[in-house]
Amino acid sequence: MWDLRSFEDNIVIMDEFNNHITYGELDSLGSELSSRIKKRCLTFILCTNTTGSLLGYISFISHGIVPVLVNAHLETGLLENLLKTYMPAFVWLPSGQKEYFSSMTELYHAYGYSLLQTDYDIEYPLHEDLCLLLTTSGSTGSPKFVRQSYENVLSNAKSIAKYLELSSDERAITTLPMNYTYGLSIVNSHLLVGATLLVTEKGLMQKEFWSFFRNSQATSFGGVPYTYEMLDKLKFYRMALPSLRYMTQAGGKLDPELHRRFAEYAAANEKKFIVMYGQCEATARMGYLPAEKTLEKCGSMGIAIPGGRFRLIDGDGKEISEAYVTGELVYEGPNVTMGYAEKPEDLALGDVRNGYLETGDMAKRDEEGYYYIVGRKKRFLKVYGNRVNLDELDGLLKAGFGNIECSCGGIDDHVYIFVAEGTKNDLQKKYRDDNVEVLLKKYVAEKTGLNAAAFQTVVIKEIPKNDAGKVQYRELEKYYGL
Amino acid sequence: MTNREKYNNAFIESFDVQENQLENLKYQDIPSWDSVGHMGLVSELEDAFDIQFETDDIVEFNSYEKGIELLKKYDVIID
Repeated sequence: MWDLRSFEDNIVIMDEFNNHITYGELDSLGSELSSRIKKRCLTFILCTNTTGSLLGYISFISHGIVPVLVNAHLETGLLENLLKTYMPAFVWLPSGQKEYFSSMTELYHAYGYSLLQTDYDIEYPLHEDLCLLLTTSGSTGSPKFVRQSYENVLSNAKSIAKYLELSSDERAITTLPMNYTYGLSIVNSHLLVGATLLVTEKGLMQKEFWSFFRNSQATSFGGVPYTYEMLDKLKFYRMALPSLRYMTQAGGKLDPELHRRFAEYAAANEKKFIVMYGQCEATARMGYLPAEKTLEKCGSMGIAIPGGRFRLIDGDGKEISEAYVTGELVYEGPNVTMGYAEKPEDLALGDVRNGYLETGDMAKRDEEGYYYIVGRKKRFLKVYGNRVNLDELDGLLKAGFGNIECSCGGIDDHVYIFVAEGTKNDLQKKYRDDNVEVLLKKYVAEKTGLNAAAFQTVVIKEIPKNDAGKVQYRELEKYYGL
Repeated sequence: MTNREKYNNAFIESFDVQENQLENLKYQDIPSWDSVGHMGLVSELEDAFDIQFETDDIVEFNSYEKGIELLKKYDVIID
């Protein structure tokens, strides 16, 4: 995948405690780690933005071991469920978490991470093209993973390195989890060109993050829409960050006003602001708005990446050729992933998409060929950059509280949990809790690992349904913003 | 409402916590005090005391006690 040896003396990873490791050292250490595994098999990585976590990832990919990337902070119940479903041969995890898996044997440790051998005695066949598995949402613990091939990962990394003009002197600082498709695309594209990754578990709201940023001379970072809202709140525009060259944005549609503010900041400070578009199903990246167009095309997500192609399809599946007509966005390119896995038997499957992806996003195009996302076909929202499937949320609530009358809706970063008055009264009695609103909100926040601030419970007379018993989601929209 | 009450309320509102949890509470001690929660807390306090935090103060604000110290700069005294 990556030619680590050709950048032998370059620093590949530097952390906030001033430890660093070169491409050559990483390659040697990676060989040592993977020699304990010996065979092509499934290995879970409990990811953090640390050297140990990345060491495992890079080592496994380089040695034909297939990693399943999940967040190290994933709720234990959900994690256990995933392990039981996929029965991996090994787990690579922060050494501090190994006590929890006391029945497993530790075979190796380095940089605060441990390799544990599981005792599952079954091994499911893995398709030869399968490179790694990523979750679509990152948080609901759904056993649905995206199957990415070696060709997917490599072609997307090459394409990103090309349009961002990456070179070995880049130093990208982590602001997104590495188990998140966008965060991982930054890792993959930088490894391709011999650049440095500055890793930290600290966030934008912590002064340690900014000291590390300045001391290590970060040249770029990426952010989801919520990241840019936080930066706006932090009065980012007034911060002196001379080493910064560019910023990227993906993971949902950025408010056009914020887009303009950051574009103007970039223009005035000789930096670049690059709005992008992607999905886990397309490995990561599908579109980008070239930096020189960012002000002129404010609100647009741009054009297809090198090697890819966008089209708009109407309700009958016909291609739309006129400008400003909305249709479903379809993407074609070598980074369209192999498909999903919902159970371990699916890991033997080959490519089911043939380079063609219906994105589920509704978009229009201007006469110069720039695309604008206008809505979504399916019932999901982006919350702090994470895809949240509203049907899955309904499922979580029904599973947690007994088949209750509820339905989730909302707009990006604001999820409404609608619950029928009768249900509220029942729950009040059942749990002897007067504040059912908070009870439901906290439950969903805990299960998804998203901050409770994103959720609001709204009690309504009844959940609107049609004669067939199907929830009328449109009718719930009148309660948004109350 | 006293300043202490206003200050405590901002935490209680932002993080869904009880008053007795506030002492020695630090950033990331509880799941709700993450970067998203922090932004909410900062906004609540700005509204409650009619102030505008400086960038450095927002990122230095990493505990219940630190916030009290930082607010002095804005002439807000929490007794």
